[in-house]
Amino acid sequence: MRDTFIKTLIKLAEKNEKIFLLTPDLGFSVLEEFEKKFPDRFLNVGIAEANAIGIAAGLALSGKIVYVYSIIPFVTMRPFEQIRVDVAYMNTNVRLVGVGAGLTYGAQGATHHAIEDIAIMRALPNMTVLCPSDPYEVEKLTIQTIEHKGPIYMRLAKKGEPIISNISNKIKIGKANYIQKNKNSNIAILFTSNASDIAIEVNKKLKKSAFESDLISMHTIKPFDYKTLETIISTKKYVFTIEEHSSIGGLGSIVSEYIAESKYKPIFKKFSLPDEYSHYIGTQYHIRDKFDLNSEFIFNTILNFLSKNKL
Amino acid sequence: MELEQIARNIRREIVIMHARANASHIGSALSIVDILTILYFKVMNIDPKNPNFKNRDKFILSKGHASSALYATLAERGFFAKALLESFYMDHGQLPGHLDKESVPGIEVSSGSLGHGLSIGVGFSIANKIDNLDSHVYVLCGDGELNEGSVWEAIMFASHKKLNNLTLIVDYNKLQAFGKTNEVVNLEPLKDKFLAFNWYAIEINGHDFKEIEKALLIKLDKPKAIIAHTIKGKGVSFMENKLEWHYKSPNKEQLQQALYELNDK
Repeated sequence: MRDTFIKTLIKLAEKNEKIFLLTPDLGFSVLEEFEKKFPDRFLNVGIAEANAIGIAAGLALSGKIVYVYSIIPFVTMRPFEQIRVDVAYMNTNVRLVGVGAGLTYGAQGATHHAIEDIAIMRALPNMTVLCPSDPYEVEKLTIQTIEHKGPIYMRLAKKGEPIISNISNKIKIGKANYIQKNKNSNIAILFTSNASDIAIEVNKKLKKSAFESDLISMHTIKPFDYKTLETIISTKKYVFTIEEHSSIGGLGSIVSEYIAESKYKPIFKKFSLPDEYSHYIGTQYHIRDKFDLNSEFIFNTILNFLSKNKL
Repeated sequence: MELEQIARNIRREIVIMHARANASHIGSALSIVDILTILYFKVMNIDPKNPNFKNRDKFILSKGHASSALYATLAERGFFAKALLESFYMDHGQLPGHLDKESVPGIEVSSGSLGHGLSIGVGFSIANKIDNLDSHVYVLCGDGELNEGSVWEAIMFASHKKLNNLTLIVDYNKLQAFGKTNEVVNLEPLKDKFLAFNWYAIEINGHDFKEIEKALLIKLDKPKAIIAHTIKGKGVSFMENKLEWHYKSPNKEQLQQALYELNDK
């Protein structure tokens, strides 16, 4: 995802002189090509995130389109109040690009995990929150960030994720992306960001057990595609969400809040990380297992729901 | 109009605004009036009729709690009608206690949380250089505001980038929320700190028009810090150097006394 992002940004920057890239000294071996091609529009401001956000806002107020790239906790949480005032309140064209969604940085430890970012960023007025699930969405959404008015947070995972989107699908900010649609199915699985591999696996397991399901990538967390959600909860009996984020304030929260106020009452279950920091050591996949955020646990839980409530 | 008279007009508007609104921070506003007078009436390339022209100089009031001073200065300079000053802090009003750039023309940056302004000013300066604009950026911050670490991040970076189109003015009025600035956290030796960070630095009397103008007009190849020694509550005898006027607003009698002292002589 991050390689797709930077490749796309370089292509865009060739045609648009307003594009700036800032980093608080992170992105080694990722950002060099941009720096080489556009030395005047690349700024390493040093390990100083608060300053980075202020500078980005000053550039944006001067008519620039500014991308600030770092690891998620350092580009969202460390300078949060600068983001609130200089970026969200003043509604500037700053794009915060964070890498390392959820438990991506596994063994590096909890300082580098990102489990609260969706919750805090979507709480900011004016902020658009993008959580692409694959490189295809990254590319299409990054292109749209150029013309978009106002601030954006984009949550990226790492590199090497497979493309899961149907290439014929139109990817649009604020519009759900159907990976699989089956009008006879009674099940919808919504997922976001780097939970895509889990969702794909769960879907495969369901298929093996002869269950058809809709599979939807919610790459835009804000503004959320409530229209599609309304269609889903009014036509499906079972609705599940999967995300590698705290159970507080993420995709599952959004969907459950909406269902609670609607007249439709599908059977709903969210799959997410618990409200706790990881003290486990190991890869992203190891920590997922420790927190029961894997396809096997989710599949079994769903199966349990389905057997209790006949289709 | 003479500069002294302009500054008195601005101060009169400030005390009236604070008395009417029962708003705090009057002392913080009065200490920067002479600096604003020189910036807006002598030094800055600005146009009240066309407040957003590209090549304009830009001013950032980083100590956003002194908003009334900027509102009164902008009104005096013709950016908007003085009648608007009556709506400071009021229900249905247009002028909030801390700056909102959407409120009136001439406000470049929303502020009110300390330690933000210089970083934004660095962004302005870099954009001006890239765009080859002959436009200078002035940031005014409080002395207590220098407690904020982000200011020093920006100070370090500004000299690294040799931003000679950037000036930081420190309103060194020696008082902050809990008491004397240098008793809360000692800033001294302040000028040496700027020099050590590779800035040009100069100390001036922040109420002496000639000294202010002279310092502002110095041309350099690096960013400039003007440490302006000022008096909190300047111009109203019973407010000068009194911490309580960080919080209080004048009652009827105090307003009359203040206006009497601020009358054109």
